[in-house]
Amino acid sequence: MERRIATRLGDGSFIELTPSEIEADLVAGSEMGAKRSKAPVLGDDEIAHLLDIFASEAKFSAVDLGDEVVLSFDGCGNADAGTPVSDLIIYQNHHGADSVELWHHDYSYKAVKTVLSFETQAMKDAQMMVVAPLNYGAMPDLGRYSMPDGPVPNWSELLPLGRIAEARASQVEAGVYATRDMVHVADAMVEAGADGLDFDTSGAAGDGDLLATLNAVRQIRAAWPEAGIEVGMAGECVLGMHGELEFEGRRLAGMWPKDQLAAATAAGATIFGPAVNVNTTKSVAWNVARACTIVKPCMAAATIPVHMNAGMGVGGVPMSAYPPTDATARVSRALVDILKLDGL
Amino acid sequence: MASTHALASGMGGMRTAGDLVARMQITRGMRLTQAKEYVAGKLGCSLRDLADPVAMHDIRGELGLGRIPVQDLTYANEPGGLEAKFRIAAVLGVPINSVERFRRRAGIDG
Repeated sequence: MERRIATRLGDGSFIELTPSEIEADLVAGSEMGAKRSKAPVLGDDEIAHLLDIFASEAKFSAVDLGDEVVLSFDGCGNADAGTPVSDLIIYQNHHGADSVELWHHDYSYKAVKTVLSFETQAMKDAQMMVVAPLNYGAMPDLGRYSMPDGPVPNWSELLPLGRIAEARASQVEAGVYATRDMVHVADAMVEAGADGLDFDTSGAAGDGDLLATLNAVRQIRAAWPEAGIEVGMAGECVLGMHGELEFEGRRLAGMWPKDQLAAATAAGATIFGPAVNVNTTKSVAWNVARACTIVKPCMAAATIPVHMNAGMGVGGVPMSAYPPTDATARVSRALVDILKLDGL
Repeated sequence: MASTHALASGMGGMRTAGDLVARMQITRGMRLTQAKEYVAGKLGCSLRDLADPVAMHDIRGELGLGRIPVQDLTYANEPGGLEAKFRIAAVLGVPINSVERFRRRAGIDG
């Protein structure tokens, strides 16, 4: 009789599976990822390697010596001890962060614009003490520009009413404002000494959100040739909330990571972060196999570093308040081993 | 979660050469292998040394690239913070934004 191994579901809860069941999950996860994204399934050797990782009973798992990657952290700290600047020092000195990010609680470029003078002062002060590359990060957050929080009609309300043309026009208008705000914040942060900018959860509000970000990246690249620019995605497939928006002649709606990477690279990004959402009812093994399948086409095509998002609820890391170490370590190692990532 | 990733797959930040490799990725868009080879070349060390805190403790000290204090192991008389970034910019041969702006605003030539 096969041994039963304690493993996790995507919501972080424990489940016991036999090695055969884990292997079946790995195959099924890869097949699901391939079906949705039209990418090839993982090979037998890759499934076997993932099975070694997920069928282990060890609490911890790690990459081989020499295979370590760069960790670019977004939103460093919990803001529950000390100041935002001390959070950065803690991440640099105590968490082994290879790069760190200054951030505001209201993690949105629209919100940051209203407290920009304070954020730039913090960036300047932090740059005196921090040695690791220090970026400034926030979300494009296109929805923030729609009523009642913003000036444009709310497309999420217009779409169900069938007012498609108006909904599309709203998204385009919101995108102009969002791009302007992202560029405004970026300019100020570079002047304050930032090493780069991070646009986290790009595409969260769909293709309009991603387009606003790409337009901002292009302008920032033109203005600041030396700045680092990281584009981190919100999800695996760009939602077509508008449906017809294009960047450099390619429609954004329906893009999977490989095409998202191409768009970010063309805009001038220096790091691209694909995101694959976790299915909380499936095992972590299933989720990781699916994530690897969806992202793998990026790696051969990439000309800039790919730092896959492996935070709470993405990349296979369980969607739970305290992602368990056993699951997170396995995800960390699995993504690096299979995808040969440039970072996480 | 952050610590788990750092232990499972991270280079180790300032304990090693992780921040240096990261800098080549962020500001130069170098892929991981290229960034590691570049940094190893500039530091005069092996690729294995890049993620080895024992080797990098000495290398960072010799080159003034900044080291993390640990309890009574402190480095008050060595480059740290922005000082270390001046050294990093020189050793890696890349401009660092905060260094350039400090230089300009402090009226330091060269």
